[in-house]
Amino acid sequence: MGLAFEPFMLRTYMSENAMGSTMVEEKFVFGERAISYTREFAGQKKKTGGMPVDWLVKTMKSRGLEVYTQSFSQTLPFPDEVKERYMVRGTNVYGILRAPRGPRTESIVLSAPCSEGNNNNQAVGLLLALASYFRSQIYWAKDIIFLVNEHDLIGTEAWLEAYHDVNMTGLRSSPMQGRAGAIQAALSLELSSDVITSMDVAIEGLNGQLPNLDLVNLFYAFCQKTGVLCTIQGKLQRNDWNTLPGYTHSLSTMLLMVLKQGSGRPQGDHGLFLRYHIEAVTMRGINSFRQYKFDMTTVGKLIEGMFRKLNNLLERFHQSYFFYLMPSLTRFVSIGYYMPAFGFLALILVLRALDLWVQLSDSARPLEDGASEGEQDSSPSLLTLATPVIICHLTGLALYYLPVLSQEMAIQHFPVSETEAVVLTAIAIYVAGLALPHNTHRVLSGAGTERGWRSLKLFSLLYLAVLLGCTTLINFSLGFILAVTMIPVTAFIQPHRSSKVLHGVALILVSPATTLLLSIYLYHELIEYPVTLLECWQHFLTAVSQGILDHHLYGSLLYPLIALFIYPCWLQFWNIVFWK
Amino acid sequence: MVSHRLGVAVLVATAILLAESEPNRVESEKLQDVSGSPDAVFSDAEGGFKTGDGTSETIPGQAETHPHPIETGQADSAGRWVSIEVGSVRVEEPVADEKLENLQAEFDLQDALQQSKPVPTPRDHFAEELVIRPLLSGDIYTNFQFRTRWDTDLHRGKKVSHYRLFPKSLGQVISKFSVRELHISFTQGFWRTTQWGQPLLSAPPGAELWVWFQDSVAEVDVAWRELTSVLSGIFCASLNFIDSTNTVQPSASFKPMGLGNVTDQRFLRYAELPREIVCTENLTPWKKLLPCESQAGLAVLLKSEKLFHSSYHSQAVHVRPVCKDSACRETSWELSQTLGIVFDLHASGQSKREWSLFKMFSRTLTEPCPLASRSKVYVDVTDNPLGEELFDLSPAVSLQTQVVVLGDRRTFTVYDLLTPELYGPTCSLNILLKWRQQESVDMHRPVLHTERFVSGYGLQTGEINTLLYNSHPFRAFPVLLMETVPWYLRLYIHTLTVQSKGKENKPSYIHYLPSKDRQRPHLLEMLVQLPPHSVTKVTVQFERALLKWTEYTPDPNHGFYISSSVVSAMVPSVVAMDTNSTEECPLFTTLFPSTEESSYFVRVYSEPLLVNLPTPDFSMPYNVICLTCTVVAVGYGSLYNLLTRTFQAEEPSGGLAKRLANVIRRLRGVPAL
Repeated sequence: MGLAFEPFMLRTYMSENAMGSTMVEEKFVFGERAISYTREFAGQKKKTGGMPVDWLVKTMKSRGLEVYTQSFSQTLPFPDEVKERYMVRGTNVYGILRAPRGPRTESIVLSAPCSEGNNNNQAVGLLLALASYFRSQIYWAKDIIFLVNEHDLIGTEAWLEAYHDVNMTGLRSSPMQGRAGAIQAALSLELSSDVITSMDVAIEGLNGQLPNLDLVNLFYAFCQKTGVLCTIQGKLQRNDWNTLPGYTHSLSTMLLMVLKQGSGRPQGDHGLFLRYHIEAVTMRGINSFRQYKFDMTTVGKLIEGMFRKLNNLLERFHQSYFFYLMPSLTRFVSIGYYMPAFGFLALILVLRALDLWVQLSDSARPLEDGASEGEQDSSPSLLTLATPVIICHLTGLALYYLPVLSQEMAIQHFPVSETEAVVLTAIAIYVAGLALPHNTHRVLSGAGTERGWRSLKLFSLLYLAVLLGCTTLINFSLGFILAVTMIPVTAFIQPHRSSKVLHGVALILVSPATTLLLSIYLYHELIEYPVTLLECWQHFLTAVSQGILDHHLYGSLLYPLIALFIYPCWLQFWNIVFWK
Repeated sequence: MVSHRLGVAVLVATAILLAESEPNRVESEKLQDVSGSPDAVFSDAEGGFKTGDGTSETIPGQAETHPHPIETGQADSAGRWVSIEVGSVRVEEPVADEKLENLQAEFDLQDALQQSKPVPTPRDHFAEELVIRPLLSGDIYTNFQFRTRWDTDLHRGKKVSHYRLFPKSLGQVISKFSVRELHISFTQGFWRTTQWGQPLLSAPPGAELWVWFQDSVAEVDVAWRELTSVLSGIFCASLNFIDSTNTVQPSASFKPMGLGNVTDQRFLRYAELPREIVCTENLTPWKKLLPCESQAGLAVLLKSEKLFHSSYHSQAVHVRPVCKDSACRETSWELSQTLGIVFDLHASGQSKREWSLFKMFSRTLTEPCPLASRSKVYVDVTDNPLGEELFDLSPAVSLQTQVVVLGDRRTFTVYDLLTPELYGPTCSLNILLKWRQQESVDMHRPVLHTERFVSGYGLQTGEINTLLYNSHPFRAFPVLLMETVPWYLRLYIHTLTVQSKGKENKPSYIHYLPSKDRQRPHLLEMLVQLPPHSVTKVTVQFERALLKWTEYTPDPNHGFYISSSVVSAMVPSVVAMDTNSTEECPLFTTLFPSTEESSYFVRVYSEPLLVNLPTPDFSMPYNVICLTCTVVAVGYGSLYNLLTRTFQAEEPSGGLAKRLANVIRRLRGVPAL
């Protein structure tokens, strides 16, 4: 947690030379036009009861864009109760502004989701106003794609998969006609009011991927230039780093980022772009009770400035950091600072494993001297080792596959909806895993030996170390959360007869499910919206179902990681506690 | 016949009289200009004027400016001859810029006047023309073409030193490197086929160069390398980046466009530089090849700041041998310089559907080039039939001509710049097109167009996809697809699939030349039959190679370009596609569509691709150097120390006093006790 202290934080700076100076003069003055587009769009949306595809096509075409539509359909593995959807059918509309004298090799994307109800109309309005303004400019070197996507993330995923002609999630979509080369960067816009008080930037993407820090810096630079208040994780930056309130403020901002990144969920439409090596952020207009408001013209200028800078980009973003934590918009903690923290934690595991290794070889040596006993002990040890490991992983497999597969059966036998069925099955399997016959070695080879559990623990410790190490490299926050909770307890548990209950309770407290529950609680504390324990449980159930859905819809890796690796590994430790 | 000839003679005479006063002035101005800025190409051509009798040279020059003398008849017959010849030798390859030949069809009548030679003709002629085509999207396409013909043989032993209209710089290059044909184009932007239809002359983004050498050339590769270097100097372009890694010898896609029936691909070299950026520095040398430079004639419109305020800019030079006359006993050299520009409705037209020469080029026409034998402006009014007027054209002229361009019968209004009354009292011609209504009309889809993209993600593998659209409702036709892929994308040729309408479509001809690392690119040519109204998808997977660290470009994270693929096809014409035209045409014409209209040759270029290769972090070498230096310094230092130091058994050290004394002695530089 010391990472939030000042000496560990670097000031952000622009690494990319093309982004260096903000010598762009923004001339966007069509805020009023954006609002009138908004009104028209809202009317059309109400009339068609969904996305007004024809109107969008006509409007974009009359502004001189090359317009294409892409329809898609997707059936969810089970109904999504939060967003109330099961069979999703939609259409994305996108217009391409061809760069004058550009060879169609590079492009930038501006996307705005067409959401349910009255949300986000302003974003579409502003997008259209920007499109018609950008069209009359001669300086574009990259094509610009204006994308209005339906069904938020599913639409974005469908569009991206069709654009790159891959199919990973079983989406069905119409073949795509117009393309504009390699996408260099993308901005996603969410605006739900005519005036805003501040602009929030969301950076965490799918599987905890982050956009290049330069893009975030670019956003900050133009917020400074246009004078718009900007926030990250909904929190402003403070300058009093040395004081206690300043420290707690930055700590909570950073913890929020850790939790969001650790969840592996995309925090906006931009999150799905990151997989394709397209740097992207989502910008959200926030309208709170502050006195001073900014109108559409200012927001338009902000976006225009960013686009003109992105247009100047000679190479893809590559100069700055891809791995960082941000305690505020102006400060970041680089990978060089936070990795050692994890390294020390992982060292505990390795040292403990070394200790066990030494103990094992020490105990083996006198046995070898004593001839026959050693052979007796070591020959079944492989079997005794392998059986619990295999059983644990089978449980993991069951946890991964059964909830979705058995939902039909569950509905027939219990009065629950599909979603509840899936979540409850998952929890049931999870809990059932605890009660599995863990002491198979007793059947196989009689009483469990001291050597047996030591070897199993040695294996489990190394396994956990490797797992966490790999996770941390990909998604630091997730790895770190798991490491902080699991490592201390798992390193010291033993099959003690006296303190078995104590060890058991400690282990349950650090199980992945409990960690998730606690993380949800902490998250709500941090966003200053505390929840009771019951609400927290509700959120927990939702989180489980969303996690499974994310995996099936966007290829999020959190659920398989937990189900197939972390949970079996944890079960092995559970096994050790109850070793007899 | 006699009366006709007489009429021509009278016309010629009046033209001479008319021209005598004004163009002389132009000529003298020009001479001053040239002496002010000595230029290798032009001063030589002008030198002829200076040394020779000034007046006697000008008069034939002026005689040429008449629209109906014999030269045009010759040009026309030669042009038609070429098309016939081509038709007999290679069916799939007619002359690409058949537009001009077609336009010249109106002079067919003058063929008969071949024998009459009222004035002695010079051995070279210059013709210029401008085609303006309003596009349905509201944009406007202008295409300049300047054509110089020279009745001489640059290769036949004797050294040609007297150049008049033909640029000497190019002539010398052609004779030195024994070039049979040379085609070079510089394009900035991508031709949007779906919005704009087919261009009169297509070109890929960046630079393209293809050359047929004479079959007498022994070392073609050497000649090619030297030629590219020389051309890069002439056109101020980075053609010197053409080397063996991006040069190919297409087996079928590129055939000679001029005389000669040698089609051995060993004498052909083709290269594309998709990364080349075209700007004023390339335009200026191109303009200097023109006889009138940009001083008079259509070339005054070529003002670079306006030309580059456009959506598309493509300039090209084509040199080829053609027949001198219909008998074709001697060859002459033809140099066509073309420049195509598309002005954008929204960016340069302020979203107003009104185009004029002044708005486009910020100049108006005041006079033809005095050296030109033809100087015309054609405005495409096909979409503007008399009944429902789409736009107004002013000044109005009655002269119209119908030509079949790219399989489509089009009507043009012709402005002959050699008629002085065209310029009116203000002495300037500003052609103005003004639309009646403001909304745009959708373009009907061109019969053939193509699209190309890289699919997949990640930095290890990928897939190149080429989509070929045939939007003809009922006719299938074959296309020749040529792909050149650099060696650092390792193509998995076994993954090559060609699919149309969900079924496999086996190419009838495949020519594949695998790459060699750092030596030559992949070349893949295939003949694919496109079913009617279909999309054919050609895919091939590749793996990205890891380059050596010195092989990366200075901006490796920008990506690496793959040049456009080339699609050559005989496309069924739009005229034949129209099934509802039976009411208008006589019945006998519709059963068998006439041969010249049934299909036409088109070359379509796809967009180039930008592919990212796995790129190391280039700050790494720096770190490595620092680290290695430190390690070496420490290691070497201690080792050296050990090796050179003499060891002595140390005496048991004395007390504290002695150690203190030693410290002090060491500070003073005196050996210790």
